[in-house]
Amino acid sequence: MAGHKAETINVNGCATEVRRGGSGAPLLFLHGAGGISAWAPYLDALAKRYDVIAPSHPGFGGSDDPEWLDNISDMAFFYLDFMEEFGLEDVHLLGNSLGGWIASEIAVRSTDRIKTLTLVSAAGVNVVGVPMGDIFLWSNEEAARQMFFNQEMAEQRIAAAEGMTDEQKDVQLKNYFTTGKLSWNPRFHNPGLVKWLHRIKVPTMLLWGENDNIFPPVYGEAYRDAIPGSELWIIPECGHLPHQEKLDEFLAGVDANTSKN
Amino acid sequence: MRFSFFHLMPYGVVDLDAIEHTAWINFSNSNYDPKEGHKLYNRYLDELEYADELGFDGICVNEHHQTAYGIMPQPSVLAGALSRRTKNAKICVLGRALPLTENPLSIAEEYAMIDNVTGGRLIAGFVRGIGCEYHSYMVNPSSSLAKFHEAHELIMQAWTQPGPTSFEGKYYRFQYVNMWPRPYQEPHPPVWIPSQGSSETKDWASHPDRKYTMLMTFSPIANVVRNMNAYSDKCDEYGYKCQPDQLGWALPLYVAETDEKAINEARPHIENFFNKFVLAPTEYRMPPGYSSINSYKMIMENKMKFREQYLTIEMLMENGMFICGSPSTVAERLEGYQEQMGYGNLVIMGQFATLDHEHTKKSMQMFAEEVMPRLRHIGEPNAAAAE
Repeated sequence: MAGHKAETINVNGCATEVRRGGSGAPLLFLHGAGGISAWAPYLDALAKRYDVIAPSHPGFGGSDDPEWLDNISDMAFFYLDFMEEFGLEDVHLLGNSLGGWIASEIAVRSTDRIKTLTLVSAAGVNVVGVPMGDIFLWSNEEAARQMFFNQEMAEQRIAAAEGMTDEQKDVQLKNYFTTGKLSWNPRFHNPGLVKWLHRIKVPTMLLWGENDNIFPPVYGEAYRDAIPGSELWIIPECGHLPHQEKLDEFLAGVDANTSKN
Repeated sequence: MRFSFFHLMPYGVVDLDAIEHTAWINFSNSNYDPKEGHKLYNRYLDELEYADELGFDGICVNEHHQTAYGIMPQPSVLAGALSRRTKNAKICVLGRALPLTENPLSIAEEYAMIDNVTGGRLIAGFVRGIGCEYHSYMVNPSSSLAKFHEAHELIMQAWTQPGPTSFEGKYYRFQYVNMWPRPYQEPHPPVWIPSQGSSETKDWASHPDRKYTMLMTFSPIANVVRNMNAYSDKCDEYGYKCQPDQLGWALPLYVAETDEKAINEARPHIENFFNKFVLAPTEYRMPPGYSSINSYKMIMENKMKFREQYLTIEMLMENGMFICGSPSTVAERLEGYQEQMGYGNLVIMGQFATLDHEHTKKSMQMFAEEVMPRLRHIGEPNAAAAE
């Protein structure tokens, strides 16, 4: 396992939990609705190639839940501050699901510090006529089953949840509450975002599970059609979390994109 | 004591077997037949009008969306119908869910119109709406509480300050608040707050600037007692004595000739109510942010566990969520509870789930003729304590 450290830093008054490890070009990993609870295998794998910076978003994990946080726009501007604060330049920006939405909202505002953009099963856009999965009506068990193509992984997830500490359950609730706040309506997207995605001119990779039940692959196509020069990789037999379910394909997709710039 | 008759207007002819997972949000409206609906609305309005004839002090409607549990998504429509057909009873809308509307002034207008038409018979209920409504209406539950307070402030401004005024909130902004009509009652209609008893609600409703009636709804008796006592304690803390009129209890209730007959007649219907019509999984009821994380955890712990099991009429009577029996049994229980809690408003839901018209009317009549007279004298304002 590559070495990593976890620390809490202050970004404009918001105490922010940041995990960092590995070496190489900086890669900012923006997590999805479930948050980051540990230095996960996919972070460790990325850390073999990159200097991985994995914060918990405001309102998630061990980070503050600041008064000013109302919507994804706030989150995007926060991360522009965050990159300044960290002195990050030439960043490979990677976001999964909710984090992918944040990443694209950052990139339409400014790519000054961004070298490449990788969106993994990203929220943010809507495809009329193809409903998203409604995670807010799913029980934890149902959500786990919907999240994975490989149902053995789903069952492992469900079994692991039984052993959660109270503290971990509290964090899970906090993440759930903030996710609701940010994405209730419009559900997991910003209707205006698609109008400005053409502003993203850095190499962009869209990684999508073929069997994503939350944002089906046509959501990836919608991103591809809106971001000039972007590339969409559909990963077979894979649900909403390619970095967990298909780690090798995920890494190959990230590398294919970062090597372009 | 003041007595009100509350109707949920359930879609009582629903195919009960069709309700497997839930009766809410996405329980298909292909299960709704408008011809049956036509009959039910008119029957239920008859029952509310009958309550007025029987001498109930109030008749009550409320708001729920996309559910067989109650087919009153727009309660003011029915309050309007009742305004002209009744002459004495207060018309209580319990309530309109303030955060669910984009423009709370529309609620202020509806209420003011009813108040004008009836010459001041409106009781204005304000609620947030239960969790399910936030799925149905796609309103962000995390801003529900803040929107409730802001909407309330806006409505009170519209009702009490000579217009035009302006309003600048986080959620609502108006350059000209200048409502026509103004409410009939001065300074505004009485306000009731139906509640499950959160401490925030108690502190807010009991505040000397408001003194709103807290109406405890559909809760186990232990909760009702605890919350009413806590409300009274809060009044003491604020430096005044809580009046009976500030406390209300709403619950399903059924009266028949004997205890045994009452239980037999009510059993299938009250069990349908608590096991079918109420049915909704946790995620339906408790969308994220609807309550604080701490309240969420507490509710999960207490209420959800209780509701995981099939509730029999015996269990419901045991924990005081349902009162049922002969007139003297019912009167005694209500009297005993009143001594413990000091409430001055009793709101009975005399029709529930699948209970038919004839039994509903019979129970209503027995309650009005044989229970109400025995309890009239209790729960009246205490003139000395009001000083």
